[in-house]
Amino acid sequence: MSTDPINTIDEGSSGGRSLWSDAWQVLRRNRAAMVALIILTSMTAMVVIAPLLSPYSFDYTDWDRISVAPSIAEGHPFGTDALGRDLFVRTLYGGRISLMVGLVATLVSLIIGISYGAIAGYLGGRVDQIMMRIVDILYALPFMFLVILLMVFFGRNILLIFVAIGAINWLDMARIVRGQTLSLKTREFIEAARAGGVSTPRIIRRHIVPNLLGVVAIYVTLTIPQVILVESFLSFLGLGVQEPMTSWGALVNEGAREMESSPWTLIFPSLFLAVTLFCFNFIGDGMRDALDPRDRSGQ
Amino acid sequence: MSTPILQVADLDVRFATPDGPVHAVHELNFAVSAGETLGIVGESGSGKSQTVLAVMNLLADNGTATGSAIFDGEEILNLPAPRMNKIRGARIAMIFQDPMTSLNPYLTIGRQMSEVLCMHLGSSRKAALEKCAAMLDAVHITEAQRRLVMYPHELSGGMRQRVMIASALLCRPSLLIADEPTTALDVTVQAQILALIRELRTEFDTSILLITHDLGVVAGNCDRVLVMQDGDAREYGGIDEVFYSPRHAYTKSLLAAVPRLDDNRLRRARVSHADTERDVALLRVDDLRVYFKIPPATLFAPAQTLRAVDGVSLELKPGETLGVVGESGCGKSTLARAVLRLVSVTDGQVCLLGRDLARLKKKSLKDSRQDMQMIFQDPLASLNPRMTVRDIIIEPLQTYHPELDGTELTKRATNILERVGLEPAHLNRYPHEFSGGQCQRIGIARALILQPRMIICDEPVSALDVSVQAQIIDLLIELQEEFSLALIFIAHDLAVVRRLSHRVMVMYLGRVVEIAERQSLYEQPRHPYTRALINAVPVPDPRIERARVVTVLQGDVPSSLAPPAGCAFRTRCEYATEICAQAVPELASHAAAGGSSLVACHHAEKI
Repeated sequence: MSTDPINTIDEGSSGGRSLWSDAWQVLRRNRAAMVALIILTSMTAMVVIAPLLSPYSFDYTDWDRISVAPSIAEGHPFGTDALGRDLFVRTLYGGRISLMVGLVATLVSLIIGISYGAIAGYLGGRVDQIMMRIVDILYALPFMFLVILLMVFFGRNILLIFVAIGAINWLDMARIVRGQTLSLKTREFIEAARAGGVSTPRIIRRHIVPNLLGVVAIYVTLTIPQVILVESFLSFLGLGVQEPMTSWGALVNEGAREMESSPWTLIFPSLFLAVTLFCFNFIGDGMRDALDPRDRSGQ
Repeated sequence: MSTPILQVADLDVRFATPDGPVHAVHELNFAVSAGETLGIVGESGSGKSQTVLAVMNLLADNGTATGSAIFDGEEILNLPAPRMNKIRGARIAMIFQDPMTSLNPYLTIGRQMSEVLCMHLGSSRKAALEKCAAMLDAVHITEAQRRLVMYPHELSGGMRQRVMIASALLCRPSLLIADEPTTALDVTVQAQILALIRELRTEFDTSILLITHDLGVVAGNCDRVLVMQDGDAREYGGIDEVFYSPRHAYTKSLLAAVPRLDDNRLRRARVSHADTERDVALLRVDDLRVYFKIPPATLFAPAQTLRAVDGVSLELKPGETLGVVGESGCGKSTLARAVLRLVSVTDGQVCLLGRDLARLKKKSLKDSRQDMQMIFQDPLASLNPRMTVRDIIIEPLQTYHPELDGTELTKRATNILERVGLEPAHLNRYPHEFSGGQCQRIGIARALILQPRMIICDEPVSALDVSVQAQIIDLLIELQEEFSLALIFIAHDLAVVRRLSHRVMVMYLGRVVEIAERQSLYEQPRHPYTRALINAVPVPDPRIERARVVTVLQGDVPSSLAPPAGCAFRTRCEYATEICAQAVPELASHAAAGGSSLVACHHAEKI
């Protein structure tokens, strides 16, 4: 076009704009993501505070009321399990573990994976070869074997689950990020930054990583549910959280066994698990759109 | 005039978008007569492609077309797909801009070409393949039989476009629509393809609808022209009428903006002679070599070496512009990147103000980079989409002057932004909110903020429209005078280079074949390759184009993996003799050439 469309862009907003504050503005307009965020926040708050308000502790057995159906009058809004423990309190305690595993393990894999993948991809050549072969070797270690080995050496400990899951998950992340970096680094703006004397760490931090966020946001929303499920799988095998402490995964497993006699032991924990996973998906979707300035026009 | 083969009347094209309806084409009227070529000219966004897509019923789903398009006595606008398919391909054929993306990389040439025949004429496979081979012969592809079993990636760009033309002509269409058929090709290949289209028009008696942004291409190939802007027809008439007595202001401005090879307007920056005599060269490149190792295809095959830049020497004085031209793959971009040390140098010296950059350590290299910056080809791709304009522009400043605080950085960014013709309000925008020309201005602002001594421009205007091109070139010249910048200006467009260079260097397969003052290079080219390049550029002047005898350079650039021994150009050179195969010609000054021009040819004296 012969005339520059300077005038077609209205509003002359001044003052700083940053990637994150802009992203927040866009995210706020995304209704699904905002609802999901509110639900998730209130659930987190509930999981942290509510057990303190309940008269029961997670391992207290109410001998008079074993396997009772949900009833507020009885004092057990979610009912009790086969051992007479209050399901409401147990679901919330389980939520603490599950959410923590999901967030911490994902965060660990995110930090290691992004930095490892971006460095390998950007530096390229021999460094890349060596770094990615290390990833291949770690991939070859059977996950269960690693977990059992850790258990044997250090005893059963919830921390070990974080370590084990994080140690496996960052490998996927590193591979995805490296692939993206390889295609990003041939782009002209990276060359422009190099010509402008920008140092390598700064290029990775300012130019590579922000452009990876779209992919990363999607991957994170897939990883959190996956990690929560892996934890429940480990618990099912008896390698995860130890009774009487519990997690959503463990509760679902127990509930599945008594599905016919007392369905509420399955329904409530699965409901919490499903809603959480839904929320993460919506937030992840919203984040991806919000972090891409190109998608903001027309909103 | 005979009856029109295609008559378009009151054509309107609208798109429904989330931001409201977009009116892409307004009440367009035109006609193509049998056996004539109609050119549709316009800049990007003028609606020229949408017009054709509407006629072919190929609009995107959100587009609607109204009006009428009568092809050979039949209304074809908005014809249902099954009936349109009988016409598309068989009676109206189309060729596109990028021959690589319009060919399926997983099918052989023969398979793709014969598909059309089997569909429309119901020929048997064998008969179809024979016809295809004959058609490949007609578009001057050698060894047609062997090409039929090749895949698209095994052919060069020019060859692929020939294949596209051949398959378009297979069913003997009465109308051929060519949408920017030569835009993605080098000038020499463009000249080959245009000559071929002219030849085929008479041979097959086809009408042609040629869509292009290049007025030079129109001048030599069309009988009538339709000039479009913003979806409106601005001018419609015979070729001479439009070129010599344009009525509409837009046509006039378009014609004035086109850089012409025969243009002697002195647009380049003035260099005061006292300066150039006294000053030492700002940049001296000496026997620069950049080789890339190509990993072997199989385990035991020897690794191949690609000689991207093979012994290039040059000097650049402060405030001077050196134009670098050559076909794609000649190593001009690699040369630029090697000078900035964005790729590592295999051998040779790059001295900026007496310091050899090729051997500098990282730390001192960073200091030297303050003095040289780069402007890139794709304006949008060279800006980080996730950074604001302010952050993009101040990044080099933050690197070299970490002591500056936020307000000072913003102040400097504002100054430079105003200097390149943008507004301070644009600081907080993201790159995608700007047009191509504006993005290039941002790129220039980023290059200028450190006040470098030298800027390397790698095809800075080739992605822009003609009128924007002129603005950017004017801006570069202005800034060059103001800051006494030295420019290395890389381009494949010889006319653009002529407009702003003081000296011009011609490269072929990694070597310099000629380097001379602008005037003498364009008026008395000494090297046969330079001649061929200049000869291949179409001039936007119908009379000159008609009178011109185009000696088309045959063939393609040889692979730089296995360049011909001796003079690399000898395979395409009309003067080649035995000596050319035996010895590499040295770059030397010739008595006849005079001045400071250097030529690498054994026969330079004769030419």
